[in-house]
Amino acid sequence: MTAGPTGGGHTVGGDDAGAPHFPDARVIPLRAATPQDPTPPGPISGQPPTTDDALAAALAFLRRRLSGDYTVDEFGFDPDLTESVLLPLLRPLYRTWFRVEPLGLQHVPDDGGALVVANHSGAIPLDALMTSVALHDDHPAHRHLRLLGADLLFRLPVVGPLSRKHGTTLACTADAERLLGAGELVGVWPEGYKGIGKPFADRYKLQRFGRGGFVSAALRTGTPIVPCSIVGAEETYPKIGDIPPLARLLNLPYVPVTPTFPLLGPLGAVPLPSKWLIEFGEPISTVEYGPDAADDPMLVFNLADQVRETIQLTLYRLLGRRRHTFRG
Amino acid sequence: MAPSVVLVTGVSRFLGGNLAARLAAEPAIERVLGVDTVAPVPDLRRRMGRVEFVRADIRNPLIAKVVARAGVDTIVHVALSPHPSGAGGAAATEMAVLGTMQLLAAAQNAPSVRRVVLESTTAVYGASPLDPAVFDETTAPNDLPTRGYARDAADIEGYLRGFARRRADVSVTVLRFAGLVGPRVDTVLTRYLAPPVVPTVLGDDSRLQLLHEEDALGVLERVVSRELPGVVNVAADGVLMLSQAIRRAGRVPLPVPPPAVATVGRLLSAAGVGAFAPERLRLLGIGQVVDTTRLRTAFGFTPRWTTVQAFDDFVRGRALRPLLGPGQLAAAERLTDRGVRGVLHALADVAPHPPSSGRSA
Repeated sequence: MTAGPTGGGHTVGGDDAGAPHFPDARVIPLRAATPQDPTPPGPISGQPPTTDDALAAALAFLRRRLSGDYTVDEFGFDPDLTESVLLPLLRPLYRTWFRVEPLGLQHVPDDGGALVVANHSGAIPLDALMTSVALHDDHPAHRHLRLLGADLLFRLPVVGPLSRKHGTTLACTADAERLLGAGELVGVWPEGYKGIGKPFADRYKLQRFGRGGFVSAALRTGTPIVPCSIVGAEETYPKIGDIPPLARLLNLPYVPVTPTFPLLGPLGAVPLPSKWLIEFGEPISTVEYGPDAADDPMLVFNLADQVRETIQLTLYRLLGRRRHTFRG
Repeated sequence: MAPSVVLVTGVSRFLGGNLAARLAAEPAIERVLGVDTVAPVPDLRRRMGRVEFVRADIRNPLIAKVVARAGVDTIVHVALSPHPSGAGGAAATEMAVLGTMQLLAAAQNAPSVRRVVLESTTAVYGASPLDPAVFDETTAPNDLPTRGYARDAADIEGYLRGFARRRADVSVTVLRFAGLVGPRVDTVLTRYLAPPVVPTVLGDDSRLQLLHEEDALGVLERVVSRELPGVVNVAADGVLMLSQAIRRAGRVPLPVPPPAVATVGRLLSAAGVGAFAPERLRLLGIGQVVDTTRLRTAFGFTPRWTTVQAFDDFVRGRALRPLLGPGQLAAAERLTDRGVRGVLHALADVAPHPPSSGRSA
């Protein structure tokens, strides 16, 4: 153990800035990604990576994982794993399969806390994952969206711990306020199971917005609310039925029946390649109400309704814009 | 008011013994009494200096006589063993909970007692998927097991609250410690990481927030020498994942499917390698992440070691020999990089030629 947590005085930024840029005979600094640097040279920064770059990055990543040289925050968010493994896995889905078109990214602040509130659909929370890819890859500040998930997520093996590493935490006021207070970008899908598990016939009809807890969290921390409307997720898994006995047996809120699942078995688990649009609306400022306003239920309900209305109207507008469900 | 007669329980273990030794080194304190059922090891006993060791079981009413006769004004109750074993559950409960009840009964009837400090654990927050990511002192547990270490700790805190109600003149401090690590302390985590291959639960990983042994002693010393009442979380900055900690200690994880974890744990402990099943770690106050704002502000104490530093100090202090150290890994990385790049470049040199030569021929 030579490199202690206090050791390693050289900064990573300096290394990168000082590295000579010879496109042909470039010596890849193996030490570029030191333990203190959780962000390896990702494919989104600058030019597409060469094979040598990719190789060096992959090996450095492997070494960091095998020696435990990376940092997680108190929520268990692992930026190294997220950028090196999780986002690259989601990217083909985002770019090629759903051809996601992010709109209004300028409404999401470059720094500081903000609460992204979006509509939920599609049986599996792909909409949340795609929104996080949009904000990391296509937002100029490459922000990590910290998702708020249902407790079911944290009961599941593999998925639960992986969600924490991806930056997700439990949807509760304590966690939401802590993240927002720390200046993080937080994403919440307040419809919950009512939204994600609604039948296909009810597509793009917003359900009740929980109990407005997300508004209280934003008010208490004085962070803006960014309404976010997602078109496309509804058609990924069109839920035309449910198997309640199986859901009860597996302790799940529902077991969806889609035109392809369970009919085609595992093949039915492939989402349909709908065309997606994600629009971030104008932020709703909460700072002028003051933190005590969170205790005023009328104001909380009104703000929640305002956000819901904005998203619903934007959904109708986006649906009008998208001419074909799959071709876009 | 500075304490003059201090009684420390659990002095044959690391925390109690070393705290007693530190207090004995302070001239302002008149007498330091150390209580435990077994005598401390000679090395610890030597360091304890003028500490008066009382070999007594705090479950015995005799403890009341000790408290009354010495005119004890400060009681530091190091209640919980840092390495609760799975098997000795009932005996550990008996010792911890009934011992605390007896000790508090003695304290309640001793007018000389002005201050009680309890060593507790962050395990009192329980472990449930409904829990917030970070606990502060006011968080109520969602799901506390009906027995075991966490339940004992919660019960002990409950008895102390009852005592504080009945003796409103006594200042009461509850220190909720995160998992202790360090070169010297022997805890469930340090034992878990002792063998070269450690079993883990397949598909599971938890966050660890730790506390360096020196910081634990520092906090105890501070609350004894000044009056700082209240409940406070004591933990180092930052978080390590269990999988990451295993790697940093140079251990090889052995993922076990959840249904087989108990069996594998038993098999391993029967074979004498590693006595603890990993799924228990979370209930033993190691999987909880806590907010330490109160420790910094109200108690004016900032831990000197971060979680990662404390853990690395433990790895260094125990001279854990990693199967693959960072040096070897870095060397392997360089070698692979050079090798694969060599092959790639060789291929790149060869590749452009065949089509051109084919066309010209």
